[in-house]
Amino acid sequence: MDVQGLAQQLREAIGDEKVLTDRAQLRTYECDGLAVYKVMPAIVTLPETAGQVQAVVRACVEAKVPFVARGSGTGLSGGALPHADGVLIVTSKLRSILELDADNERAVLEPGVVNLDVTRAAAPYGYYYAPDPSSQQICSIGGNVAENSGGAHCLKYGFTTNHVTGARLVSPDGAAVQLGGKAPDPPGYDLLGAFVGSEGTLGIATEVTVRLMRAPESVRTLLAAFGSTDDAGAAVSAIIGAGVIPAAIEMMDALAIDAAEAAVRCNYPKGAGAVLIVELDGPASEVEAQFEQVEAHCRTAGAFEIRIAADNAERALFWKGRKSAFAAVGRISPAYIVQDGVIPRTALPEVLRRMAELATEHGVRVANVFHAGDGNLHPLVLFDDAVEGEAERAEELSGAILDLCIEHGGSITGEHGVGMDKAKHMPRMYTDDDLDTMQLLRCAFDPHHLSNPGKIFPTPRLCGEVPGRHTGAHPLQEQGLAEVF
Amino acid sequence: MNDGAVLDDLSKVADDRVRPAGADDSIDGVPPGYVARPSSTDETAELLRVAAHHGLSVVAKGSGTKQDWANPPSRVDLVLDTTAMAGVVEHAAGDLITIVRAGTTMTDLQSALASADQQLALDAPFPSATVGGTVATNSSGPRRVLYGTLRDLLIGITFVRADGVVAKAGGRVVKNVAGYDFGKLLTGSYGTLGVITEVALRCHPLPTTQRVVSIDVPDGEVAADLALGVLRSQVVPSAVEVHQPAAGPVTVIVLIEGVESGLGARADAVRELLGAGAAIGDLPDSFGHYPFGSGDLGLKITTTLTGVGPILSAAQNLGHRHDVPIAVRGSVAGVLYAAMPADSDPVAAARVLAEMRALAATYDGTVVVLTGPVETRRALDVWGPISGLDLMRRLKDQLDPDHRLSPGRFVGGI
Repeated sequence: MDVQGLAQQLREAIGDEKVLTDRAQLRTYECDGLAVYKVMPAIVTLPETAGQVQAVVRACVEAKVPFVARGSGTGLSGGALPHADGVLIVTSKLRSILELDADNERAVLEPGVVNLDVTRAAAPYGYYYAPDPSSQQICSIGGNVAENSGGAHCLKYGFTTNHVTGARLVSPDGAAVQLGGKAPDPPGYDLLGAFVGSEGTLGIATEVTVRLMRAPESVRTLLAAFGSTDDAGAAVSAIIGAGVIPAAIEMMDALAIDAAEAAVRCNYPKGAGAVLIVELDGPASEVEAQFEQVEAHCRTAGAFEIRIAADNAERALFWKGRKSAFAAVGRISPAYIVQDGVIPRTALPEVLRRMAELATEHGVRVANVFHAGDGNLHPLVLFDDAVEGEAERAEELSGAILDLCIEHGGSITGEHGVGMDKAKHMPRMYTDDDLDTMQLLRCAFDPHHLSNPGKIFPTPRLCGEVPGRHTGAHPLQEQGLAEVF
Repeated sequence: MNDGAVLDDLSKVADDRVRPAGADDSIDGVPPGYVARPSSTDETAELLRVAAHHGLSVVAKGSGTKQDWANPPSRVDLVLDTTAMAGVVEHAAGDLITIVRAGTTMTDLQSALASADQQLALDAPFPSATVGGTVATNSSGPRRVLYGTLRDLLIGITFVRADGVVAKAGGRVVKNVAGYDFGKLLTGSYGTLGVITEVALRCHPLPTTQRVVSIDVPDGEVAADLALGVLRSQVVPSAVEVHQPAAGPVTVIVLIEGVESGLGARADAVRELLGAGAAIGDLPDSFGHYPFGSGDLGLKITTTLTGVGPILSAAQNLGHRHDVPIAVRGSVAGVLYAAMPADSDPVAAARVLAEMRALAATYDGTVVVLTGPVETRRALDVWGPISGLDLMRRLKDQLDPDHRLSPGRFVGGI
């Protein structure tokens, strides 16, 4: 690749100051939220308009150079990990809220808009944007769309995909394409549905239309302390079994509580083996009736202390411990891996027991934080990288936890994405035929395999070949004609 | 093509469930050569491999309630009748999910789920429709306001590609972002990307009770304003419908669901929003059913919320101007269905379609001809302009390079 030549071309297209090739400047972008992987990109671009994004993609296509999109860089699966011989396209300078159309319950956003800023802008109209990843104060809408981000409240309200009604994107061949819009049910294939969550492999969003939700009349939150995760799990089962769908049910185990306490002094009940945060929202009369049920179910399951948030400040304090949990484990461990797996919720007690056994076997600790309502686990594998072999054991345990999720019919990722990190686990969840079929979609969008190559899929499929099973290295790889993407 | 050889090869897969097609087997007026009724995903795959070998075009068919939707196929050699692939494979009530075979009827699915006080929160305008057909046409109803549509409820899919390869995407857990979401691609694809054999769906608890509040008003604009008032309130309705017959008053119908002790206050709030004349009653028989009957011309109109009123009044005006009665029913969330009688003048129908399309476009919406007399549909642009068509064609070319699955039915001649 002719880095200088392409950089020069890009400078002419979008402006000198928006193209970086200086190594010191590039270093800022060598990893995303999963810092264990680091790759220095050849070129970083900082476009400020959709037209400039398109110009960069077109230049890449012409030069047959791979490109990777990046928003705020908070992703936890290495989805925005740069390509060493490629161009990183940072969308954080496209940060305008183009339209806040409360009458139609929609907002039109540039990809660099920060998640929480959408809710802030909508609040004066009585609306909010529902998907709320823990990083919502910094993560961008473009990244949310790429990863189909979730959050604590997706049990009731769904994920990013359920809240995006339209997108304008630059497809991997450099075309500007509008999918969907403000109105529901656009005719044709639901390409928007496939695009959301495609982790940057099907193009780059330059404009996103999202659904705004009416703020609920009432929100009530309780924090319940239990002796064990089993008891807390029983409370969750009872609540769901009674036909109540809370806005959120979050669980933390003892180790995660210790960490949160050390980091943000959330003052959760002392001696708890597990805490549940349960939040109900909706019409006041409905919430009132269901809240009593939830409280009763928690007591029956053995809650030894129940606190009910009296106001928004107290509610925020309940959530503070939970939302800071990932970073908080840094207080109790020199290093940690944030895992993201999903199991059928009813398998929770069994999976937690087995996970504890695995942790003992591997000689490392696991703190557990999870979206208990939908079985999305975030085990935090704690280790000390100064201790010989511990990092490897932690990595091994982390993989074993994913196997455990698959064994129980779950998923290797509920909201962080496959990215770079989990591509190798995909064949354990899907057959070769399943993966091959997914690659057909990629080939339709990206025949030259330039858009975020190396992510999601463990092995490449060269577009245009006859569908079939692949064993071993691809012939073109073996001949050195194609690199391993 | 050697017909005997084809029949032999198909019969080797599913002997007693393969037959030459008869006069009743036509798909939207197009006579097929053979009908096969596979009993499993594997059998479907084997049949599709035989079809690929012989270059047969294939149309999947469930109960056949919507085979006169969209465009008629340009050709049909083999009909794959999915109704032998019936039954709920699993209902994990504690996990709020179910796995169901494509040939199961919506009625059977709902009654299976109801035994555990759960539901698939999706209205079935045709109760005898199969799950597979419902997914393939992405049909939905009034409760889309609260629960969304299949794209919000389908969490996993098994389908067979044109080349006979079985593929799965998604899974059996609600939260899952591993791999591309083929469930969404197959939803509303009208059988052009693959044959759906099994799906995993998210379930919801059955509400304990429901209340219906409705009001009759003189015209569509007023109805839309009232309906939008409820939609934009904090009462969280499950459905807000507007029924505008070809002549006469327009009805707004609001459905609220929940726990008994909470419903009274919510129903009062709705009554207040709708104003004097609003009454608590029962759901009308028409609720959740299309305004068009068999043979009628049926349109699906989408719009932003602010376009609902103008579209309702335009339907009245267009009806008068072109002398064709137009009834409209649908959700104030922006999905309306319009009906014109089967014997409507095709020229008038074409004008109504064109004008309605132009109006809907100003509200970011579209108009699709869902159904109607086949000669009328052949004369109309059923799908209208499609954004992203080039990528759609490329996807079709990847999954079905010979264009043998439901050819001609879909957008852009796909």
